Amino acid sequence: MTDTTPQQRVKFYQTGTHTIGNRLLDETKRTVQASMERANAITSGHRACQGCGEALGARYALDSAMRVTDGQLVAVNATGCLEVFTTPYPETSWQIPWLHSLFGNAPAVATGVAAALRVKGRDDVRVIAQGGDGGTTDIGFGCLSGMFERNDDVLYICYDNEAYMNTGVQRSSATPPAARTATTPALGDAPGNVFGTGKNLPLIAMAHNIPYVATASVADLHDLEDKVVKAMSFKGARYIHIMVPCPLGWGSASNATINVARLAIESGLFPLFEAEHGEVTTSNKIRRQVPVSDYLRPQRRFAHLFKKGPDGEIDTDRIEKIQRMADANIRRFNLITDDGEGETAK
Amino acid sequence: MLKQVEGSAAVAEVVAFCRPEVVCAYPITPQTHIVEGVGALVKAGTLQNCEYINVESEFAALSVAIGASATGARTYTATASQGLLFMAEAVYNAAGLGLPIVMTIGNRAIGAPINIWNDHTDSMSMKDSGWIQLFAETNQEAVDLHIQAFRLAEELSCPVMVCIDGFILTHAYERIDVPTQEEVDAFLPPFEPVQVLDPAEPYSIGAMVGPEAFTEVRYLAHEKQLQALRLIPEIADVFKDVFGRETGGLVHPYHTEGADTVAVALGSVNGTIKDVIDQMREDGASVGSVSICSFRPFPLEALAAALAGAKRIVVIEKSLAPGLGGVVASNVRMALAEKPVPVHTVIAGLGGRPITMTSLREVFEVAGEGRLPDIQFLDLDHSAVEHEIVRARATRRSGPTAENVIRQLNPCRPAAKA
Repeated sequence: MTDTTPQQRVKFYQTGTHTIGNRLLDETKRTVQASMERANAITSGHRACQGCGEALGARYALDSAMRVTDGQLVAVNATGCLEVFTTPYPETSWQIPWLHSLFGNAPAVATGVAAALRVKGRDDVRVIAQGGDGGTTDIGFGCLSGMFERNDDVLYICYDNEAYMNTGVQRSSATPPAARTATTPALGDAPGNVFGTGKNLPLIAMAHNIPYVATASVADLHDLEDKVVKAMSFKGARYIHIMVPCPLGWGSASNATINVARLAIESGLFPLFEAEHGEVTTSNKIRRQVPVSDYLRPQRRFAHLFKKGPDGEIDTDRIEKIQRMADANIRRFNLITDDGEGETAK
Repeated sequence: MLKQVEGSAAVAEVVAFCRPEVVCAYPITPQTHIVEGVGALVKAGTLQNCEYINVESEFAALSVAIGASATGARTYTATASQGLLFMAEAVYNAAGLGLPIVMTIGNRAIGAPINIWNDHTDSMSMKDSGWIQLFAETNQEAVDLHIQAFRLAEELSCPVMVCIDGFILTHAYERIDVPTQEEVDAFLPPFEPVQVLDPAEPYSIGAMVGPEAFTEVRYLAHEKQLQALRLIPEIADVFKDVFGRETGGLVHPYHTEGADTVAVALGSVNGTIKDVIDQMREDGASVGSVSICSFRPFPLEALAAALAGAKRIVVIEKSLAPGLGGVVASNVRMALAEKPVPVHTVIAGLGGRPITMTSLREVFEVAGEGRLPDIQFLDLDHSAVEHEIVRARATRRSGPTAENVIRQLNPCRPAAKA
């Protein structure tokens, strides 16, 4: 390809050993990002950090939604990293109509957009609302539940990086136990975040019996795209919860984002599943189970688990507690088949 | 058409004639009858082409309105009191985004102590949010102001609150000339948004703005309010041409010519004030009044002109700025900066306390004699207040103030010991 070639250069993403490369797939099944026709809903030049999982997840999600809606899409954004790094005044990365109102009201604003489109007979235009875990599981929770309960025609996507990263890594209700954040420092007898009861938003979404709920990860971008496409085939309230590692907040290497996200899946800590009308319909099987310590160790937010006290012992008790959480997920979502084979059951 | 009708029902009917496309509803006394009324008109099919959305909070109500308005729909909601505070963040946001939402406030006190009755503390808390605030003197004006509000909001792309006194207006049954659909259509053109979320012409609304441009953006919000100062009287003139009624505008002077003492107030209390003025004028007193219809933008020039001949001003206001006194009085003083005369603050009608003609007449007479203090609380029970101050000083664990005052005022219950 020469410099004068008017075509956009397409890069195939590194798929690792567990997924199939685009070139081996039928053209219709190839990833949206591999297509020159992709929308680039969030175009280059934004201010996300190196290795940002959210920028990656959002681009894949929105470009998939753009393709399946033929570009007839409006996005609403909660306050947070995604909002800030895409719209530094007077620039914007958004190539689609985009509205940011407040931190805690994105689901309600999206309801309003959907209502206006309906009343104007624009049923062809669809609405996505999006926010981080703080905007979703904490401050926007009331509005989100209201939007679900009314079954408004909105796909809400939560980009979960497990803390308030935009304000400098403070704990949210999505922060995992033992994780160090600015408000759960690695100090004292029980460093890091408390072992609470957890707040599983996908399950809470399912409790509203909305048409479609899914979890996805930047470790499996093809699966993520599929789930967005599937979500857009439903009318009514839909929810996708995407794990997006944050190198800055997690203390992981910026080139390890995909790996860390994959280890979350393979350990069972972040189960990938889909649910329709309140019932789980599919779960992605774990190929090769890894202990949770494999996932925790590369992240500095968990460093205190591996050098406890003056002698630098391993905090086996708390790591074991986290392992039990992963095991519970594996049982609950049937993540390992009886023969131990990790075929994706769909 | 003349009707004997509840204020809220008339407002609901006229809002429907304004053809809102999205209406968000959340109940709060004393506004609730209005959204109930609009909802019934939608459900019955009288108001067509309207999405009526029951939401889970006032914060959601205005947030849904923000999304709908930004997508080009004519949008309406109503709230009051705690509800307005609960949506406060969205109130500022709607104005900052320049979305022409119209919202009725059924004015009510703010707790604690919780109180469902009328005063203006709720609207006053949002006076600097960037919304235009129009106060209705009567239910007729409440009806008329809603029609004007949509036109004003949409012409400027700025949200408008129509403030009507809770219970005193919202729940009062009286004779109201409710316009017809044809009349409203003749006055209110279809909504042409200045910004709309449209895939055919995508742009980003609500981007972050730093120090390099924030002042300019805020200045433009101020400038928009100054435009409203010109537009509000123009719209009132057009309204008069279509409907034959004088309604709205910036201020309503009443017998101010040659009046030494002039009362200034917002909302329905002006009716009582006018009756007192009629009475006192019959007895030869030199009194007049000015009702401020547009509190934001604040009509500095129009008010200065209306108060030009006054020797003293008595501001009757239904809100209290603790530690200062009156909110409205401070604004009135600004209007008189070039020709200062004494401006007295009378805090009245808090939490629904009746403002009687007898009490007002006494205030105006005392003012005329030059004996009115800078700040007075109308009909304050001084003995109850003094008793509580003494008791609270004497006892460290003196308990909740509100309950103790109630005990003090209610002889059926044992009073707390000092």
